[in-house]
Amino acid sequence: MRELSLFLPDAAATDALGAALAARLAPGDTLLLDGTLGAGKSSLARAVIRSRLAAEGRAEDIPSPTFTLVQVYDTEAAALWHCDLYRLGHADELIELGLDEALEEAICLIEWPERLGSLRPARALTISLADEGEGRRARLTATGPGWDPLFGALEA
Amino acid sequence: MDRTLTLLGLESSCDDTAAAVVRGRPGGAGEILSSVVSGQAELHADFGGVVPEIAARAHAERLDLCVERALEEAGLSLADVDAIAVTAGPGLIGGVVSGVMCAKGLAAGAGLPLIGVNHLSGHALTPRLTDGLAYPYLMLLVSGGHCQFLAVEGPDSFRRLGGTIDDAPGEAFDKVAKMLALGYPGGPAVEREAAAGDAARFAFPRPLLDRPDCDFSFSGLKTAVRRARDRIVAEKGGLTVQDRADLCAGFQQAVAEVVAEKTRRACRLFAQAHGPRTLAVAGGVAANAVLRAALTGAAEGEGFGFLAPPLRLCTDNGAMIAWAGLEQLGLRGPDDMALGARPRWPLDAAAAAMLGSGRKGAKA
Repeated sequence: MRELSLFLPDAAATDALGAALAARLAPGDTLLLDGTLGAGKSSLARAVIRSRLAAEGRAEDIPSPTFTLVQVYDTEAAALWHCDLYRLGHADELIELGLDEALEEAICLIEWPERLGSLRPARALTISLADEGEGRRARLTATGPGWDPLFGALEA
Repeated sequence: MDRTLTLLGLESSCDDTAAAVVRGRPGGAGEILSSVVSGQAELHADFGGVVPEIAARAHAERLDLCVERALEEAGLSLADVDAIAVTAGPGLIGGVVSGVMCAKGLAAGAGLPLIGVNHLSGHALTPRLTDGLAYPYLMLLVSGGHCQFLAVEGPDSFRRLGGTIDDAPGEAFDKVAKMLALGYPGGPAVEREAAAGDAARFAFPRPLLDRPDCDFSFSGLKTAVRRARDRIVAEKGGLTVQDRADLCAGFQQAVAEVVAEKTRRACRLFAQAHGPRTLAVAGGVAANAVLRAALTGAAEGEGFGFLAPPLRLCTDNGAMIAWAGLEQLGLRGPDDMALGARPRWPLDAAAAAMLGSGRKGAKA
């Protein structure tokens, strides 16, 4: 398990973290975004998606996934899943959405991950966001192998 | 193509399952013969909201019943129907797929033409169904997670002038209500509280007013409300009734001011091409008296008329899908059995993306 704590003073810092994450996410990687309403989970997820699409020269709408639960973006390396489990009724519905397969094959950004239940992957990067002064504190916790290059880049 | 048509419309793209029968002439007025909505009354106490039906099978079961009832209430059988319209996206994949499958089955079984409709075009064409509004008009479309200004220039011709880059207003109202332990849906709850509040007590941001476009952002405003709440709780150990009312009033006022100013800009942008016409507003925002007054004032100040269809036809329903199908059928003909479900389906595919905070495009 690796941990890292980062202070994000403003939106630009959130965007920069999103871009750093986006550059290093591979198929099968899962980001679990923790934090209360308005903590900045969606802002960080959007920053990751925007950067990932921009790397392919694309600019697309990134609508809130709150109503549809999932928004999927097809990118060259893998499908990119942006999930908001806020409105999920039961964890077994995740199978209906196809999230079990996506966790293995796609890059998944998951808000409200406590609703994953037994589907919560053993290997994941959890980012907990909370207010700190006028900015935010991001606490990154990685479980499972393969996160060292990402941490190396963020610590540099 | 001026013959009167009767269409059955199916809608199952989000939380509700619906079917309706609409009769009318393309370019003329429409009559709703029946409109059945099987709503999801089941509220989830944990987060104060509607639980979406994800299972395709559950949608499919409810669709059968809705279709049966819609035909029965219209006093018609499938043999009296000229075509079947169905929402083919955007929305929750399970719901959209089951709607499309059901419509295909009905169309094949009854030998009727099938037409796949964009859910958002259903909302956008509702002012024509309810009021016979002539093209072109300006539309503020607020539905589920969507919020956008559209120049509606024809049954299948929509130009997006702007929209939200993150949350929709309804979502912001729901989440603010949740933060303040108010009920669901958040719109009416926040409006009720705000009536007794002082909108000037909290200096909430007016997101994106510094940008000259017609885009919205409500995510940061939601965060500002939560931070203000947390400060009060840290000071006094809780919120008084007055604190809560003031938070609601300040939030609602911020939304109203931003919506009014962006509406003025959208009116000017629209008028450059078409002159002043009518602003039609579909969605819950028009049900909020403060927002409605702000919208009406902004439109009238720009020389536009103001129209808000009845709320029951602004939430998801089958009648708007039947009507959109009726208007679009002559224009682009029926779909075949290859009609697919499209979870993501922008109305205006040519529009530039609405981007978030720091980055201004692909090259940034």
